[in-house]
Amino acid sequence: MIAYKAALFRIPVYAFIFFLPFAIAVFSAGIGYLKISPEEIARSVVKQLHSSIFGYSVETTTTDVIVFQIRLPRIILAGIVGCSLAVCGAVLQSLFKNPLVEPYILGISSGAAFGAALAIGFGFLGGSVQLLAFLFGMISVFLAYSMAKSGGEVPVVNLVLAGIIVSALFTALTSLVKFFVDPHQLAGIVYWIMGSFSYASWSSLAIVTPPIIACLLLIMALSWRLNVLSLSDEEAKALGINVNRDRFIVLCLATLMTACAVSVSGIIGWVGLLIPHIVRLAFSSDNRIVIPISASLGASFMIVADNIARTAFSFELPISVLTTVLGAPVFMLLVRRRAKKVWS
Amino acid sequence: MVLKVENLSFGYGKRLVLQGVEFELNRGEILVLLGPNGCGKTTLLKCINRILQPNDGIVIIEGRNYFEMSEREIAQSIGYVPQEHKPPFPYRVLDFVLLGRTPHMGIFSSPSDEDRMIALESLRAVGIEHFADRAYTELSGGERQLVLLARAIATDSKILLLDEPTAHLDFRNAHKVLATIKRIVKERSLSAVMTLHDPNLAYRYADRIALISKRRILKVGLPHEIITESLLKEVYEVDVKVMVFDGLRFAFVEGIL
Repeated sequence: MIAYKAALFRIPVYAFIFFLPFAIAVFSAGIGYLKISPEEIARSVVKQLHSSIFGYSVETTTTDVIVFQIRLPRIILAGIVGCSLAVCGAVLQSLFKNPLVEPYILGISSGAAFGAALAIGFGFLGGSVQLLAFLFGMISVFLAYSMAKSGGEVPVVNLVLAGIIVSALFTALTSLVKFFVDPHQLAGIVYWIMGSFSYASWSSLAIVTPPIIACLLLIMALSWRLNVLSLSDEEAKALGINVNRDRFIVLCLATLMTACAVSVSGIIGWVGLLIPHIVRLAFSSDNRIVIPISASLGASFMIVADNIARTAFSFELPISVLTTVLGAPVFMLLVRRRAKKVWS
Repeated sequence: MVLKVENLSFGYGKRLVLQGVEFELNRGEILVLLGPNGCGKTTLLKCINRILQPNDGIVIIEGRNYFEMSEREIAQSIGYVPQEHKPPFPYRVLDFVLLGRTPHMGIFSSPSDEDRMIALESLRAVGIEHFADRAYTELSGGERQLVLLARAIATDSKILLLDEPTAHLDFRNAHKVLATIKRIVKERSLSAVMTLHDPNLAYRYADRIALISKRRILKVGLPHEIITESLLKEVYEVDVKVMVFDGLRFAFVEGIL
């Protein structure tokens, strides 16, 4: 379509989109209760890098602490989570052959919420929310997948149904935990489920970033195969691919990525639905384009949303409320303006 | 002979859909599988490239038993044209045809420039190169069917399987699609197995017709041997009249059911 005819025009556009989240990140580090200029941010970062590489101590100012210990980890985390959710949304939409699928379709959010509830409510595994959320997120997808499997085949319809069942199961279990814990812990569970980046730290970033980046690169390498998988199973088989194996590989990567993101941020909706949709409408449905651009725009969108969450009011807004409030009208506009032509 | 089906049987669970099916396909030939709804035509087609695993019997593709071939090797030998449908994502037509190059690519590869040339060439062969930049979902049913044909040609396979290429198409488009298929099969000396509903279309475009009834092939023969009142009456269980006009045979249902 439009994007293809202007082939020469494309390269600067892609370059711009690639650098967008980095530019937004730098800009975002300056906004907040204390305004910091980009210059000061750069100086602070250079100073910190300097001291950690060469090992000598430098005088740390308040600005340094705010930039380096509070804002940057949070911004990077928001970017990485936004990137993960947008990419996983695009991946699962292709696997399920349905543009309205969210990254949570196989129950990963309900599983993670249950894990988090166990940690917050009962202090399981030393009360490590991240670990339990991650584990139960993975377990829920594994359960859904095993439930969907019948006679060596894993039909998409079965997967959808199994996802619904697993989600319902873990939602019920989470309610049970909520019912038994005291109000203080209940509040903790509710806040976790609404999502937040306020617990961001370099140490949690160090754990989730490498697997997320690795999954992202592998998914990008598999993006053509993802196009094949978005066809009907019989067409994909007739094109000589091992549908069940390839679908399993891609599903594992997407699940790992989402579980990592959810474990450190809670459940943030809409990004995984909205971003790939915008990319498809604006650029192309080819996953070789959808995946990298969704990664970039997902990161940008999440950083901006989190900026608003932490600075708009004197208190912090739950991030999932913001992504939905920002996302819903944009989505509605898109659907009304373009969907008729493209989807009907 | 490029394809040979021997004693093929297939069932969904215990329900047998095909029983002891046998036929051969020659180079440059279009074989039409003709029969009423639910007679097993489409199932047979899907057994030929192992989208469905037959319970019994074998298929020999260019001299090789297909149980000894990988999915990828089968896909390189047999191009499959599914029934026209609207996919959920609006792929660009050229990208959609490029998907036909998948049997020649590894799991991590993307199409090369050569693949792009082949895809463009396939579009040209079908006569729709001007669609290359359009969205597949914006095309009409007949146009989409031609794109699917181009995709099958892009696989570079010698055999084509076509599942009701005229379904949902109007009068003119049905003939256009079938004429294009026939032209390409002859030009490139491919071979094709195609399912059809309409005896008149089968008569016009088939080299041979396999008449399917109740899970088995009733008769294989030249079009004028198959499009007869007695055979069609037996298979479709209605009174059929066959008339000759301008040297062509036309079958129609007599009276009102």
